[in-house]
Amino acid sequence: MELLLFNAFNGLIQGVFYALMALGLALILSLNSVINMAHGGFLVIGAYLAYTLSPYLGFWGALIAGPVLAAGIGLVVERVLIRPIYKRSDPIYSLLLTFGLALIIEDLTRTIWGAQGLPLEVPDIINAPVSEQYFFITGYRLFVVAITAAAAIGLYLLLRYTLLGIRIRAGTRDLETTSALGVNIYKLRALNFGFGCLFAGLAGVLAAGVLGLTPPMGNSLIMPSFVAIIIGGVGSLFGAVCGGLIIGLAAGIVTTYYPAASEAVIYLMMLIVLVVQPRGLFGEEGLFE
Amino acid sequence: MKRPALIAIMWAALVALPWWLPMIGGYTALGSKVLIYAIATMGLNIVLGFTGGLSFGQAAYFGLGAYGAGMTLKYLAPSTPLAILVGTVVGGLAATLLGPLVMRRRGIYFAMITIAIGQLFYFVIVRWNEVTGGEDGLAGFSRQDIHFGPWVYELTETHFYYLVLLGFTVAVAIMWAILQSPLGHTFVAIRENRRRVEFLGIKVERYVWAAFAIAGTITAFAGTLNALLFNFTSPQDLHWILSGNFVVMIVLGGMRSFFGPLIGVLIFVVAQDYLSSITGNWMSFIGMIFVLIVLLFPKGVLGIINRRVEATA
Repeated sequence: MELLLFNAFNGLIQGVFYALMALGLALILSLNSVINMAHGGFLVIGAYLAYTLSPYLGFWGALIAGPVLAAGIGLVVERVLIRPIYKRSDPIYSLLLTFGLALIIEDLTRTIWGAQGLPLEVPDIINAPVSEQYFFITGYRLFVVAITAAAAIGLYLLLRYTLLGIRIRAGTRDLETTSALGVNIYKLRALNFGFGCLFAGLAGVLAAGVLGLTPPMGNSLIMPSFVAIIIGGVGSLFGAVCGGLIIGLAAGIVTTYYPAASEAVIYLMMLIVLVVQPRGLFGEEGLFE
Repeated sequence: MKRPALIAIMWAALVALPWWLPMIGGYTALGSKVLIYAIATMGLNIVLGFTGGLSFGQAAYFGLGAYGAGMTLKYLAPSTPLAILVGTVVGGLAATLLGPLVMRRRGIYFAMITIAIGQLFYFVIVRWNEVTGGEDGLAGFSRQDIHFGPWVYELTETHFYYLVLLGFTVAVAIMWAILQSPLGHTFVAIRENRRRVEFLGIKVERYVWAAFAIAGTITAFAGTLNALLFNFTSPQDLHWILSGNFVVMIVLGGMRSFFGPLIGVLIFVVAQDYLSSITGNWMSFIGMIFVLIVLLFPKGVLGIINRRVEATA
């Protein structure tokens, strides 16, 4: 029972990272119509920059600087590489472009910081176990959950109540009409891409505190995030978060009973959801069908 | 030059490859690899370039074919033809069974689902250690000479190349026949205007399913040959990076033309072989090739040549 609880909690933390990744991916997918295969790359950028800056800024400064820098690099990438191909209707090009970027970022990370894993120091105040019996529930893990919840709620409020958020939602529905109403959709898409990368960077810093840093960490998190989006339903940000938590939890629980299947299970779940509910749990009608 | 003449020259060059390739510094196995990848990508191009379904997880069927062939030789019977048959059927069957899950999707969604399905097979192979060899790959099998009654065809490196060339020729003939048939024309019609085809009363989804199944089967066939070429297969053979490489090879060559993937494979495999021998950062270079192709040569090599020809004609 203890072991099950341990694994389930671990899985839930993993699920939080999937959810953060999936949120950013889903944002970019719905407005920019790009599957950002380089999303894991932005996660790695955020994590490693936080690692490099933490001796100077401390953990708290790095927690902010990492995601912000990842978003900044995201803005540059969007402007230079992705904007020129928006007008191509075939999604194959954005897929290949970001795929190439993912390879480049992983390789450069390995060249700059080395292939071996690095630890990200977390302050003791938030790293102590909360109770002796449940030693695995460290303060840091609760902190990860809290920050993620705050980020998700913040995004919800932004999309729901601010002018920018309303424009992003409008653009997701009908980009042409939004543009015709006088919204600069290039700026809108750039900002949206930046937000997506911000979430990737945040996931990177938070994950680095739990899992440590390795160059392939981003590319190993991105596939489950795809699954999270498919299970949650394409087009639904809430679905992406739920999907991430569900598959994390499922992988954790399966680890207890049959560790070898802990990765395969999330893909199996995806197949089952696709059979039973082809649009995913909260998917909207008509998107990409 | 007329098209049949070009194809005759290409085929003559392929037949003579074991003589001229070593002279310019290559090796016969590299020729086999190019042809094997060409079979895989031309198969994939049936769904990608001709039907317009963005299949981004094709390495799964390549790998299933490879593991099917390897495991047949290792556990079942020492027969090369049987290994090829089993591997092809396993990969083809997987694609056929999964087709209904993807056939309704389009564009990005199609790509995401095919990638994720590919990962399922990847993790099954990686974690099923006792049978598949896990991360280390499947070794301990070797291609067996082919017996026709009293006559034996020894599968030396050169002889194996000719077996691959035979497979390539047969696969090309089958794909050509399919694309010339009403079935193939329907594929192209779906790519051009899916809704209009639907209005004609054609069940589009079934055709997408058929394209996906055919592509999976042909890719699996290529996978079996790949396992026999190296007498080894590893999880890398069904990793999504290989899937991405397949797609970029197709785009590089020209995804609207029948032989486009062959050109793309030729350039990509030779470039990869060369880059990995001169730099440790070859992944960055491959990534840059991706980016440059997308930004500068979206129509691929054959696309550019065809445009030139049209412009001068």
